[in-house]
Amino acid sequence: MTDLTKLSAAALADKLTAGEVSSVEATQAHLDRIAAVDADVHAFLHVNGNALDVAADIDRRRAAGEEVGPLAGVPLAIKDVLVTTDMPSTSGSKILEGYMSPYDATVVARSRAAGLVPLGKTNMDEFAMGSSTEHSAYGPTRNPWDLTRIPGGSGGGSAAAVAAFEAPLALGSDTGGSIRQPAHVTGTVGIKPTYGGVSRYGAIALASSLDQVGPVTRTVLDAGLLHDVIGGHDPHDSTSLAHEWPSFAAAAREGATGDVLKGLKVGVIRELPDSGFQTGVSESFRTALAAMEAQGAEIVEISAPHFEYGVAAYYLILPAEASSNLAKFDSVRFGLRVDVPGGTVEDVMAATRDKGFGDEVKRRVILGTYALSAGYYDAYYGSAQKVRTLIQQDFSNAFSQVDVIATPSAPTTAFKIGEKIDDPLQMYLNDVTTIPANLAGVPGISIPSGLAAEDGLPVGIQFLAPAHEDARLYRVGAALESLLVDSWGGALLDRAPALGANGGGR
Amino acid sequence: MAKAKLMDFDKALELYEPVLGFEVHVELNTETKMFSSAANPANSANHGAEANTLVAPVDMGLPGALPVVNETAVRYSISLGLALGCSIAPSSRFARKNYFYPDLGKNYQISQYDEPIAFEGSVDIELADGEVISVPIERAHMEEDAGKLTHVGGSTGRIQGAEYSLVDYNRAGVPLVEIVTKPIFGAEHRAPEIAKAYVATIRDIVIALGISEARMERGNLRCDANVSLRPRGQEKLGTRTETKNVNSMRSVERAVRYEIQRQAAILADGGTIIQETRHWHEDTGTTSPGRPKSDADDYRYFPEPDLLPVAPSLELIEHLRAALPEPPAARRRRLKADWGFTDLEFQDVANGGLLAEVEATIAAGASPAAARKWWTGELTRIANAQGREPAELATPADVAALQGLVEAGTLTDKLARQVLEGVVAGEGTPQEVVDARGLAVVSDDGALIAAIDDALAAQPDVLEKIRDGKVQAAGAVIGAVMKAMKGQADAARVRELILERAGSTGA
Amino acid sequence: MSEITPDLVRHLGVLARIQLSDEEVERLTGQLDAIVDNIAKVSEVATAEVPATSHPIPLENVFRSDVAGDQLTPAQVLQNAPDSADGRFRVTAILGEEQ
Ligand SMILES: [Mg+2]
Ligand SMILES: [Zn+2]
Repeated sequence: MTDLTKLSAAALADKLTAGEVSSVEATQAHLDRIAAVDADVHAFLHVNGNALDVAADIDRRRAAGEEVGPLAGVPLAIKDVLVTTDMPSTSGSKILEGYMSPYDATVVARSRAAGLVPLGKTNMDEFAMGSSTEHSAYGPTRNPWDLTRIPGGSGGGSAAAVAAFEAPLALGSDTGGSIRQPAHVTGTVGIKPTYGGVSRYGAIALASSLDQVGPVTRTVLDAGLLHDVIGGHDPHDSTSLAHEWPSFAAAAREGATGDVLKGLKVGVIRELPDSGFQTGVSESFRTALAAMEAQGAEIVEISAPHFEYGVAAYYLILPAEASSNLAKFDSVRFGLRVDVPGGTVEDVMAATRDKGFGDEVKRRVILGTYALSAGYYDAYYGSAQKVRTLIQQDFSNAFSQVDVIATPSAPTTAFKIGEKIDDPLQMYLNDVTTIPANLAGVPGISIPSGLAAEDGLPVGIQFLAPAHEDARLYRVGAALESLLVDSWGGALLDRAPALGANGGGR
Repeated sequence: MAKAKLMDFDKALELYEPVLGFEVHVELNTETKMFSSAANPANSANHGAEANTLVAPVDMGLPGALPVVNETAVRYSISLGLALGCSIAPSSRFARKNYFYPDLGKNYQISQYDEPIAFEGSVDIELADGEVISVPIERAHMEEDAGKLTHVGGSTGRIQGAEYSLVDYNRAGVPLVEIVTKPIFGAEHRAPEIAKAYVATIRDIVIALGISEARMERGNLRCDANVSLRPRGQEKLGTRTETKNVNSMRSVERAVRYEIQRQAAILADGGTIIQETRHWHEDTGTTSPGRPKSDADDYRYFPEPDLLPVAPSLELIEHLRAALPEPPAARRRRLKADWGFTDLEFQDVANGGLLAEVEATIAAGASPAAARKWWTGELTRIANAQGREPAELATPADVAALQGLVEAGTLTDKLARQVLEGVVAGEGTPQEVVDARGLAVVSDDGALIAAIDDALAAQPDVLEKIRDGKVQAAGAVIGAVMKAMKGQADAARVRELILERAGSTGA
Repeated sequence: MSEITPDLVRHLGVLARIQLSDEEVERLTGQLDAIVDNIAKVSEVATAEVPATSHPIPLENVFRSDVAGDQLTPAQVLQNAPDSADGRFRVTAILGEEQ
């Protein structure tokens, strides 16, 4: 029998629908895989002890002839930033160790309603602050391609779980690249939807005006299927768009035929320097563009002069909003409390936040407090919000000339664990290509473009589209994906080393 | 705490000019909270709920929770802004005011900062002598209330010396409108009276709009009073103090008077006023300084990223404007004419802050004279004795029902006062008190005649005297009968029966 | 150079309610100084005529109708409480004033 963990979610769903496999079998296969490899990968912070019961319930409903969704019975990994009623939600922080939410995040509730089987909660940089998952309070996640390397971040757990075949689908969140950059370094697919396209209700807020929840998968079609489940208007989120969205799965299927590339105008940003990008990353990017050109796409150079200010604006807006969003972790209502004998509640709060927050969180909270404090607001936060306007203008100028913009998803392939941990500035530059989409609210997708020649590690290509045009990304992404997979003679992840005791990996 | 030195009020006014300012917080009586769909404890339907039973995730700052604005609260705020003569902002925004405090679930308050929904207005208030003064309004903005702390241990129940505190988030997220005046100049001797009249007017306005229960004792309406003094002839404003949470109209008047006297004594001694928050103590009639804030007031305001601008259409604003109740001054003129009161009678009601109560009592069926009599008489007397507001003691419906019982002959005036005591003590409606205490007038002539016979037996010469034309002799018998009946008899009926008896026997 | 000093970092720690050790203050001072030097360049292009953007996708008048729902049970409210008494959250003595 086929290894159920190697199937795409779409293929697994077909087998479930056809009755060839049960959800219990599929779920058990993934639980076995987790048992075999997660000691090495450490993608999960918590594995759902009720997963098989949930799966059995789906099987029962299906057998009873109930109408179930297209992904019913397919296992799903959930980034720990999303609150769940049946599993702890920590956002990778000690301050929330053991925290049980009395309500489900909207995306979780929608996934459950669609019959997806929650497998567990995935590791992440503490409060999603980071690009390597090294800032998790529960230890780093390792890249399935090379266990000595980072899986990207903040959603390294979700990307690694999918890349290591521990789950066919995962949910992530992307504030400055936390879905797309992990996809890049793990050879997987990740989408940051248009801001407001997916509900933020129940996503533990990092930076409210930048955060978006999105799918993390191995194929573009799988991402579309999951996006169809979690997306759409949510009255619990004021910033949620009351927009009629097309089916993204349908867009991906349409794109896979390849026709969409003919006449497609693909913008390449003039100001994005070649230097600073690893050679293999630049080469892979150009190879992918050439493949698209060969199918009739037109590569157009565009100018985005303010993108270079993106990282600076981002590292003002994010810490400012985060400093306020993280104020709720104060030891009064939930989470860690550090007692201070004879101390006041102020002392208890300060001691709890000292002990409960890691260095990166403290660094950003202090930075954000500074950026908002009286006398600095205009120069820092106020200016950063203006840069946002300029970046939006750059995007709208660009999209008057091209259909999509393409960039490498990140400047380098996966670096070694520990390599950049002591250099926050260097770490922040990982997000240079992904940040502008968050600042402007536009959607972005990262799909595998190949392996870097010098280190054999995965590289991703990012496409950006105008706000509300997420479907365009699915069409283009699926088109390029099918071209590249054909040219490789199989999925990129087929070339990843085997893992765990069963596979005899490292 | 050492007792502050006070200067004689008239002397203080000779030397210094008081400048006033007020921040009034109004709790709206919407069904649900400002940013969550938990039930609103500032709506009477939910008053007195058990701790932490009216809480949604966003009210206690649960991870992942998000605020969504209550449309009715926005409409109420616009109506209030219009009633205050304000302009309504074509677009206004919410902001986060960041500070740590255990009653604040998120450790920031969602408020409005540089873009309030309403700005630049004025309110006419009428003083006891009928003079109308215009109070300038700077802004009215929407925000959320904080939870409630109970301080346990220590002697006072106050924060100082408490061992620990308990937090209830029911009130967290209750919709508030904060009304901020501009500095009020020229108040002079009338400063305390203006303070009281201003709060009374705001209360009248929100009651007329129906947007708040406006029960000050419940904290539905809370006043922070700013007072500063400047020496006569000086242009520059003096340093102000802000006396927080003065929660009755009477206290607002007293607190302003006290601060003028206290500050004047300090200034006259060559001292300086510290810009600080002060607390009002109802029991001693004094203010005391709050502890200095450790965070140096750096609230790090920034636009609330979870919420979007509020941009009311002109149509909505004009629709709400057209639905406004009449302004307080016009309303007073109308009520005075409708009720037919003399100037003195009307001022008695108005200065007691009882217009709304009297109006509602009349609407509930009482005559204007009776409604006035109860509110400015017995209820005001009890309120003064208990240091409370008349409106806290009984509802207009109770008062109208009580008067109805008097007019039906069920109660004498004296019995009615006893019934009112029962109502004030929380024993129920007037009818319930009558039933429970057995206070109704005995209207059965048989019982009265039996008592009259007993009294006549003790004073056999009375009937003779009456027949001789000394009708006043009946008084002694009436007194004895009333005593025997424990006051639950109609004295007029008793008298009638005695005269009847004298007549019939003599015929 | 930016003006990040140890005293400023200590003050920010008080505002942010994080008890920072001297060693942390020193380390953060250096790191923040370098970061702020780098991100201060936003003011180069943020001229007066450029409007600020708070929300990436402009919307307005997003409201909820005034209808009850979403209320937690008291047990849910208290389920993660570090300490509670009488159905309320318990905290140790409070130093500061109510705002
Ligand atoms: Mg420390
Ligand atoms: Zn306020």
